[in-house]
Amino acid sequence: MKEPGATEAAAREVLLAVENVSLSFGGVKALTGVSFDIRKGEIRAIIGPNGAGKTSMLNVINGFYHPQQGRISFKGVTRNRMRPFEAAQGGIARTFQNVALFRGMSALDNIMAGRTLKMNRNFFWQLIRFGPAAAEEVAHRRRVEEIIDFLQIAHIRKVQVGRLPYGLQKRVELGRALAMDPDLLLLDEPMAGMNLEEKEDMSRYILDVNEHFGTTIALIEHDMGVVMDLSDRVVVLDHGTKIADGVPDAVKSDQAVISAYLGVAH
Amino acid sequence: MNILYRVFIDPFMQMGQAPDLLVQTLWEGLVAGVLYALIALGFVLIFKASGVFNFAQGIMVVFAALTLVGLHALLRKWGVSSGMVAAYLALAITIVVMFALAWCIERAILRPLVNQPDIILFMATFGLTYFLVGLGELVFGGEPKSMITEDLGLPRGAIEIKMLGGFVSLQKIDIAAAVIASVMVTSLALFFQKTRIGRALRAVADSHKAALSVGISLEQVWVVVWFAAGIVALTTGIMWGARSSVSFALEIVAFKALPVLVLGGLTSIPGAIVGGLIIGIGEKLGEFYWGPLLGSGIEAWFAYLIALIFLLVRPQGLFGERIIERI
Repeated sequence: MKEPGATEAAAREVLLAVENVSLSFGGVKALTGVSFDIRKGEIRAIIGPNGAGKTSMLNVINGFYHPQQGRISFKGVTRNRMRPFEAAQGGIARTFQNVALFRGMSALDNIMAGRTLKMNRNFFWQLIRFGPAAAEEVAHRRRVEEIIDFLQIAHIRKVQVGRLPYGLQKRVELGRALAMDPDLLLLDEPMAGMNLEEKEDMSRYILDVNEHFGTTIALIEHDMGVVMDLSDRVVVLDHGTKIADGVPDAVKSDQAVISAYLGVAH
Repeated sequence: MNILYRVFIDPFMQMGQAPDLLVQTLWEGLVAGVLYALIALGFVLIFKASGVFNFAQGIMVVFAALTLVGLHALLRKWGVSSGMVAAYLALAITIVVMFALAWCIERAILRPLVNQPDIILFMATFGLTYFLVGLGELVFGGEPKSMITEDLGLPRGAIEIKMLGGFVSLQKIDIAAAVIASVMVTSLALFFQKTRIGRALRAVADSHKAALSVGISLEQVWVVVWFAAGIVALTTGIMWGARSSVSFALEIVAFKALPVLVLGGLTSIPGAIVGGLIIGIGEKLGEFYWGPLLGSGIEAWFAYLIALIFLLVRPQGLFGERIIERI
């Protein structure tokens, strides 16, 4: 498992910074003044009890939600709001809490869809699917096959994903995100609903992606064992506010965190 | 017994006795079928990408045809002497107009209604229909016009082929229609099956948020799809307009595609093709051989009967996805 690289991580440059972000839906406050950063090459966990605002945070980062207040800096560009297209183009990929795959398409086509932004032959070449467009398709297919090998899903590449078991669907979804060659990968509960073996596989893929491709990862996860083992730094949210931020060991013993998870006597 | 004989035996005897007539009927059915397939394709494209049954497809056919004819007349009036040049210039401008229409629909209707229930979008297409009816009448007037068949270089007349001890007469315009529609249907099917935009389209149909997360632009996909549906409408308008005239009654033609969709499945491009052919051929055979039994005129409703029977047996259509919803 991973050595705690906190000091090392702290020295790296900031890839994404969230500053003072507040988000509400009508009267419901999902996030209140949350600030934290994600540094290049680290695995950053976002944890918290149910309804703490973790998924809302990811949705703000990749532009699904637009915060009423606050700013997001990504690769040195500061915005008040991301748009999903900008986030994807800038190199932010993500997976979803409840798998969001293109159910009617094969595993291969799903992962190819992740290359959408990398393919830029224009409309008319594609119309006839000839010349440069065909060559491009082949080149991207090669990269996709690498990802398929890496995730060991070669045997299911032609299977319609709606028919796959849940664990494999999660893996295909990870594959689609990887196909974007992302700089920042957002994983929303990558291990939810998995058995121990599948969790171990998924942990290994996450570490491999981080080490071999140098991809920065932000993940939400409820399995504390996994979180503490995988991540370099952890940010803890509760009721939409940040209550702790630091290396796993420090967060684990933080009184506010323990209270949030276990409840306090009133 | 007599009625059973007339329903189950006599029509087949007739087919055997006059094979040339059978071929003639099949040919007419085929042409109608290909055109139905083309219209159905317009519906399928939009349904796949936006999950909405586009009630306005019919009026888009009329609107496209009216624009073409209207522009042609205008260009002639402005002094374009060659009818042919005017026709093709008008065709090009009409294509641009259809693109502009797709863009406006995306901006004004789809984008503000994103994430709304499908029924809301469906109602919005009703609104679009009435808007286009009004706009069409305002700009081009309500009286029927004739399609500029000759100036577009579409052939007229018929070819008579001697075969099977008789004559089979093929209208040249029908041959042209069948060829053009087949080419369009095939290329659209390939385009949406094999290219990046096609993949994006299917992706959007499956999951909006996942599509957004990989950087697929919903806006772009919608414009492309509505534009494609617009081109389909234009082709349909030209072909159908050439056989009758260009008027708001053409709108009805689009609803001939409904049984085709029921048969083929709302989400399947091959389904639209096969469904179109079955309906087209079934309709003509029914009219010709079984029609006299009921005093003719069954062509108008026979297709719906086929669709109804299909709904009872296979509600998802021949190729449609079986959608099981948990309650």
